[in-house]
Amino acid sequence: MATHTLPGATTENYLNSEDGILSWLLTTDHKRIALLYTFSITALFFLGGTFALLMRLQLLTPDGALVDLETYNKLFTMHGIIMVWFFLIPSIPNTIGNFVLPMALGAKDLAFPKLNLLSWYIFMLGAAVALYSIFRGGVDTGWTFYTPLSTGYAMGYVVMAAIGVFISGFSSILTGINFIVTIHRMRVPGLTWFRMPIFCWSMYASSLIFVLATPVLAITLVLVSLERIFHIGVFDPAYGGDPLLFQHLFWFYSHPAVYIMVLPAMAVVSEIIPTFSRKPLFGYKAVAYSSMAIAIVGFLVWGHHMFVAGMSVYAAMAFSFLSYMVAIPSAIKVFNWTATMYKGSIELSTPMLYAIGFVGLFTIGGMSGLFLAAIGIDVHVTDTYFVIAHFHYIMVGGSVMAFLGGMHFWWPKISGKMYPEFLGKLSAITVFLGFNLTFFPQFILGYFGMNRRYGSYAPEFQDLNVLSTAGATILGVGYILPLVYLIWSWKYGEPAPDNPWRTTGLEWKTPSPPPKHNFEVTPVVAWKAYDFEAQREELHLG
Amino acid sequence: MAEQSLALREQFATPEQQRESATLGMWIFIVTEAMLFGATFAAFAGYHHWYPAAFNRGSSEMELTMGAVNTAVLICSSFTMSLAEYFAARGKPRFVWFLVLTALIGMLFLGIKFTEYYMHYKDHKLPGFGFQDSSPQSRQVQLFFFLYFVMTGLHSVHLLIGIVLVLLMLIPALIYIDENYSTPIHNISLYWHFVDVIWVFLYAIFYLPGAHLK
Amino acid sequence: MIHLIAFSSDISPEYNHFFLLLVIICGTVGTGIAAFLIYCAWRYRRRDPNELPSQIANYIPVEAAWIGIPAIVFIAMFVYGVKLYFDIERPPDNAQVIYVVAKQWMWKLQHVDGTREINELHVPVGQSIELRMISQDVIHSLYVPDFRIKQDVLPGRYTTIWFRATRPGAYHLFCAEYCGTDHSHMGGWVYAMNPIDYSKWVRQGGAEGSLADTGEKLFHQFACANCHHYSGHGRGPNLVELYGRAVRLEGGGTGVADDAYLRQSILAPNARITEGFRRSIMPTFQGQLTEDQVIALIAYIKAVGARPAQSIATESYEPGTAKPAISAAQPAPSADVTKRSGGR
Repeated sequence: MATHTLPGATTENYLNSEDGILSWLLTTDHKRIALLYTFSITALFFLGGTFALLMRLQLLTPDGALVDLETYNKLFTMHGIIMVWFFLIPSIPNTIGNFVLPMALGAKDLAFPKLNLLSWYIFMLGAAVALYSIFRGGVDTGWTFYTPLSTGYAMGYVVMAAIGVFISGFSSILTGINFIVTIHRMRVPGLTWFRMPIFCWSMYASSLIFVLATPVLAITLVLVSLERIFHIGVFDPAYGGDPLLFQHLFWFYSHPAVYIMVLPAMAVVSEIIPTFSRKPLFGYKAVAYSSMAIAIVGFLVWGHHMFVAGMSVYAAMAFSFLSYMVAIPSAIKVFNWTATMYKGSIELSTPMLYAIGFVGLFTIGGMSGLFLAAIGIDVHVTDTYFVIAHFHYIMVGGSVMAFLGGMHFWWPKISGKMYPEFLGKLSAITVFLGFNLTFFPQFILGYFGMNRRYGSYAPEFQDLNVLSTAGATILGVGYILPLVYLIWSWKYGEPAPDNPWRTTGLEWKTPSPPPKHNFEVTPVVAWKAYDFEAQREELHLG
Repeated sequence: MAEQSLALREQFATPEQQRESATLGMWIFIVTEAMLFGATFAAFAGYHHWYPAAFNRGSSEMELTMGAVNTAVLICSSFTMSLAEYFAARGKPRFVWFLVLTALIGMLFLGIKFTEYYMHYKDHKLPGFGFQDSSPQSRQVQLFFFLYFVMTGLHSVHLLIGIVLVLLMLIPALIYIDENYSTPIHNISLYWHFVDVIWVFLYAIFYLPGAHLK
Repeated sequence: MIHLIAFSSDISPEYNHFFLLLVIICGTVGTGIAAFLIYCAWRYRRRDPNELPSQIANYIPVEAAWIGIPAIVFIAMFVYGVKLYFDIERPPDNAQVIYVVAKQWMWKLQHVDGTREINELHVPVGQSIELRMISQDVIHSLYVPDFRIKQDVLPGRYTTIWFRATRPGAYHLFCAEYCGTDHSHMGGWVYAMNPIDYSKWVRQGGAEGSLADTGEKLFHQFACANCHHYSGHGRGPNLVELYGRAVRLEGGGTGVADDAYLRQSILAPNARITEGFRRSIMPTFQGQLTEDQVIALIAYIKAVGARPAQSIATESYEPGTAKPAISAAQPAPSADVTKRSGGR
């Protein structure tokens, strides 16, 4: 079953099996589609990151001398829209997920390969429309499009940006359908649900959110667009409408959406830590159930974004309680990852550095969520930099680090080459330090009362803002480094063996890079996930 | 192309796997559609709770007969669609006629619907286009009509897509659908029935509440 | 001046103590996890490239503990948070109401005695203040960090927040809900003053009559008096002593004549009609009155209190005849029903 190839041998693989631009643009191979997505979301990440850098430069001084307020408002809006919908949501699922999921299940491809390609095209169309709205002049409603500002007062290309997001939503929905059906129907013989790697469980949970939450966003954006165009709608108090209805509908999607952004990251980390501890993930069943619990309970907590919005006191209480409940499975996962390292055989490789960094930063971000879930505490810190620090700890300190960790972890499989380890470790440390310097001061700023979405602020906030901007520049360097050396390694890196990390998982039983159809012979699985013991001979361990 | 489509797609191991995957995919898609419409039903429920008088008044302005006819029309189309699936699964070529009939009946629904829309427009009941209502709660009545046009409009768009898909289905139908492989008909039929069910709920919430006030 | 550990309002100490507690708990746990990660990374570092360590992957007692203990801690946080929240949201009965109208991009604050302030609020230390707020356009949010209070300000209905300043000083007032171009500049100051300074400030203020006086002028300007006769025999309900009372509604049900009810009655009169009165008689004033004017009218209605029976002399109001005296004091506390958010 395992085809061993000598590193350096140029056998036929998915990269060289067909040539020409059309063989890429019309591919239905999940691995090539993963690379198409990687190219797109990387470009969009750096665009969103540029907006962030401009914002941080503006915030070096209290009076905001870099750009005028209207421009600043557009910057943070576009930063949010791009990073949320055009980077974070598709990132791990559509790059690493697309590449690894079928292989981890022993399958030849996803259930619907053509639909997968269509997903990418729809994504690109949505991105094009959103980018067009930026370059035509931008939107300044905030990524949250609150009414009545977005429907009746904001200048700018609101409808166009909303349409761009609307279109990209279909890409999410199709991906979700593809993943769910693949996991249900395309596992190879012997691979029962509870033998699947946690990567697959987390992708499944994320996909549930994709399909259930995204349609609500779609219709909400349609309603906002209609109200903006026709000047009559369901959110307008003049007609008896309620602006809070928008918030309920919007957050009903957007809260589960943040779990779309973090569950795949947890998926990646759940593969990296056992690999570089060389022992099974601790508490497999608890982690699998926790992934599902996060997805399900995550649908019940949206009101915690609205504690001061004018919601009823009793609704606020219910949402606060449920928000604490959803913290429990996340805590379980953190403890399980940590326990996996206990008495393991730890290798601090680049992916492991990113994964350990994830655990630490996700924990801090999650714990700041405990503050926000306490309604009384939230009153003071909501809509301040405390919240910004909270979600950046999870989305950047968490998801982006996991994305980078996963890219490094599966890079040998994807490219057939090894990346330079020293630069890898250096970047991981740079990102970690830069990140903390950027965002930890923001917790303090928020507690002091600095509001979010402010292009100019009270002078006493300056020192911490300067620290934050300094961190942002270091963070930027930390992101540019991997971009450079990963591209470099594609051509000049050391050829990679099939299983450079000597880990379990079906994807590692193929050559690096894999052939077009992944497995020459369909694997049959007779062991649990992360079963190093059962595979010790094959892996030359012990 | 016929042989390739007739045969197993390369990612699947058995025809059963292919069929079950395609059907599961369609069911999940239908769930996403339920969420899409569900959000609008939630908005409707909220406002109906707040403005019962205005919403009942709006409902009394609906064309009850046309709505009833349309409901019957769609249910008939679901029947013809079921027959299409039945005969396709048994390899009987007449299923193609039932597909065509389904599409035609769907178009009949749209014809009646757009006539209704036009009548509403003429009666000054199209929000944003000269809406007039003489009751004291005219603004909330306008809200009712806004929801009516959005929700039935969304439904009509879905029905139109369904009609297009059914017509497009004629191509593979004429080439390679037979008793061994009728999954696409089954799946489009699921979608069609779902759109029908949505209409029944729309009819119930928009047309019936104010019927006694006519 | 931002006060690091502010103790400038009634609620601040309770807030700060809870926040500190959370910092201690989370800091301890976070440090513990970080320390454990670093310990494992060092202590169990790979010594032999082929080594296979112990494969232990389960231990139920520990797993149960790290599910159960966080659950208990989280529930405790929830309870504590709710308690703090109720204290933040529920104003005391003796709170003095100040009306706030937010618009892009400024704050208009109206004292009951008629003083108007823009982007500034002068209050006496030690007095509970209830802010009753509405927006003229988009959603804003009134935030005074030092007082640990924040509340979104919505178009179409009133929202409230209260505070009691405990220390004289100047405290930032910010808009905390993104509201458009000049959101960052939509702010000002709350000046808490000791009572002597406050009364000096009040005396030098150029208030042209109280809020209720303004309301009275509007009441006549918009001909409300034509239907809402003081005698109670008009085509509209009697407004004397109405504020805060239970109202029986046409079609069954009851309501309370609070700010939200009165605002709705002015702007959408047919939504809730008083029992015994006919529909469609009162015109809507939506579009004719600004939110400030609505607030002034409500203040007037609130102030139209009891007076001796003999002054109700006329069937209909004519300029120059006796009209009800406006009581300067607030209505009785029990009648001052404060709903947290406006009803419909």
